[in-house]
Amino acid sequence: MLKVRKLSVTFRTEQGMVQAVDHVSFDVGEGELLGVVGESGSGKTVSLLAVMGLITDPNAVITGSIQYRGRELVGMKPRDMRALRGKEIAMIFQDPMTALTPVYTIGWQIAEQVLAHEKISKAAAWQRAIDLLAEVNIPNPQEAVHRYPHQLSGGMRQRVVIAMALSCNPALLVADEPTTALDVTVQAQILDLLHKLRRNHGSAIVFITHDMGVMAEIADRMLVMYAGRVVERGTKEELFLQPLHPYTRALLDSIPPLTGEKPKRLRAIPGTPPNLLNRPLGCAFAPRCIERFEKCSAEPALGDGKNAAACFRVSA
Amino acid sequence: MSAPLLEVVDVAKRFSAGTRFSRQGVRIVHALDGVSFTVMPGETLGLVGESGCGKSTLGRCITRLYDLTSGTLRFAGTDISALSQRQMRPMRRRIQMVFQDPYASLNPRRRVRDLIAEPLRVHTGMSEAEISKRIAELLDIVGLKPDHAMRFPHEFSGGQRQRIGIARAIALNPELIVLDEPVSALDVSVQAQIVNLLADLQERLNLTYIFIAHDLSVVRQVSTRIAVMYLGSIVEMGSADDIFSRPAHPYTQALISAVPVPDLAAQGSTKRIVLTGDVPSPVNPPSGCRFHTRCPIAQDRCRSERPVLVPSAPQRSVACHFPTC
Ligand SMILES: Nc1ncnc2c1ncn2[C@@H]1O[C@H](COP(=O)(O)OP(=O)(O)OP(=O)(O)O)[C@@H](O)[C@H]1O
Ligand SMILES: Nc1ncnc2c1ncn2[C@@H]1O[C@H](COP(=O)(O)OP(=O)(O)O)[C@@H](O)[C@H]1O
Ligand code: SF4
Ligand code: SF4
Ligand SMILES: [Mg+2]
Ligand SMILES: [Mg+2]
Repeated sequence: MLKVRKLSVTFRTEQGMVQAVDHVSFDVGEGELLGVVGESGSGKTVSLLAVMGLITDPNAVITGSIQYRGRELVGMKPRDMRALRGKEIAMIFQDPMTALTPVYTIGWQIAEQVLAHEKISKAAAWQRAIDLLAEVNIPNPQEAVHRYPHQLSGGMRQRVVIAMALSCNPALLVADEPTTALDVTVQAQILDLLHKLRRNHGSAIVFITHDMGVMAEIADRMLVMYAGRVVERGTKEELFLQPLHPYTRALLDSIPPLTGEKPKRLRAIPGTPPNLLNRPLGCAFAPRCIERFEKCSAEPALGDGKNAAACFRVSA
Repeated sequence: MSAPLLEVVDVAKRFSAGTRFSRQGVRIVHALDGVSFTVMPGETLGLVGESGCGKSTLGRCITRLYDLTSGTLRFAGTDISALSQRQMRPMRRRIQMVFQDPYASLNPRRRVRDLIAEPLRVHTGMSEAEISKRIAELLDIVGLKPDHAMRFPHEFSGGQRQRIGIARAIALNPELIVLDEPVSALDVSVQAQIVNLLADLQERLNLTYIFIAHDLSVVRQVSTRIAVMYLGSIVEMGSADDIFSRPAHPYTQALISAVPVPDLAAQGSTKRIVLTGDVPSPVNPPSGCRFHTRCPIAQDRCRSERPVLVPSAPQRSVACHFPTC
């Protein structure tokens, strides 16, 4: 349903050009959950904001192609893009307050969202708001509609935002680290909720996270991003059981285990991700890679296969 | 057996929120209530619990950034709970704190060398030459380069900034360091570097840590013992291995089972306990056991009678009427 090809996003800044997203390609099938992982600054948010048509920075240059059910989104009129966002594609963010207005009740905000794309009466929209709050497991929805965002906990707010996203019954939901700011107990509730929504609505979901544990739990297929590029692609099983890219392997190895023997030291990845202002030539992971060899001074390409990695050790 | 480095006895901390003119009037936030534990020299006590349960408040009480509402703190045998800020000064060298957001805790207009020199200037009579020498030594210990000394905090990555914060904290050779979410803002790959650095420093400098974090796998990795907090009180305490392999309190069980593990083979092997609802407000904590509103096995007794933290097995204490072990 979503076909992204060679998507690049470059920001002109005072210090120079920042290539935040560099030739990123991926597909999302109907009803599928695609997980996107990577360290902060690896381009996860920017690439999905581009898909949503939400990059408003006048200094941004977007190239490549984004096809949603056969329609090209790059260069689409903002008006058409807005209509599509309201009706078929929805997004939820790490901080639920970016989607909520502090001065209106949550019932009003959901009803407004419903009225924006459905021709129904105000009373019917209000009832829909109550039903949606019930669907996202907010206790006492009849009473909760009258509350303001600041009267809710972080987990409740995120549920309200999910209810708003669901108001249009989206075919595609983009979730950018929706549980990162929440406690594990509340994260478990939200992940349960997303499971239920997938079952009931069959929405496809693109889920951005930096938490490999969350990925292991919910993803069907995954992308691993590093320094603005996709470095590995595959099913969840392929990525966890036979990771191809040295970065994916190092990432999995650096996580402290929750059970079993405690390692004396963690296997940290030395160094830090490159500065995108002056990206090193060749493989961007090379300065931190223990498997680097002569060939790595050139740029490794990501193959076309369903399970592929951008690394000379893999393709060689 | 050696003497404890820190003894925390029945500590409470209350804040008043709002004013008598606000809609709800003055409300009392019961941030800490009846907290007691000891920390032995050289160990790491991990503090875990959901957001708002009082971890940072406890850390700030121990370092005396906050005054206690009641209770006693003994550091190396000396009662420090009622010392004035001036009387606390000689103690400050011995008890240090590291914060989550290294950026917010470092003055952006000062160079790294001045940031690290500050505690040395305030607390020691070292000459500028001695200070320079010490700074070079500290940068080396935390894995930074000598030429980093002249740079400003914004020129560093999150992991490097945390190294600067650690260099500042160890500058005066403290005995106890309270680390409040020191790796929470970092990416996993960098987080592992800092966890390793902290472990090396502990061994090399004989440090004792109180390590606050919400990432349970990180806490397990670094801690000797763990205290689990809920709504301002400790509900379970024990060795890190025991707490994770055989949690006895229903809250600890739910907390551990909620962690998504990055291991496909392990999935489905343990049943997840999903708690309903949110943590109740510390303004009006529930009667009896404070966890009864969310506890999957709560009984009548739990609603009226508050369980106290009592030893349930060697090296283990639990505050529950019906612990699993
Ligand atoms: N200065 C203050 N005035 C009023 N209430 C406060 C103050 N500091 C903390 N609190 C309240 O005390 C309780 C404990 O807060 P604390 O910051 O210790 O929690 P925490 O466990 O560190 O949470 P987190 O995981 O979010 O850092 C909370 O209800 C908080 O709102
Ligand atoms: N408006 C902007 N102007 C300049 N650089 C930007 C802008 N937005 C994002 N970036 C840069 O793009 C890169 C990718 O950012 P992002 O997609 O937010 O990362 P992630 O979501 O993976 O943490 C980062 O280096 C970031 O600093
Ligand atoms: S291309 Fe070379 S440097 Fe890059 S990940 Fe592969 S082996 Fe490492
Ligand atoms: S005392 Fe009762 S409510 Fe509290 S944790 Fe134990 S069983 Fe649950
Ligand atoms: Mg992001
Ligand atoms: Mg805190």
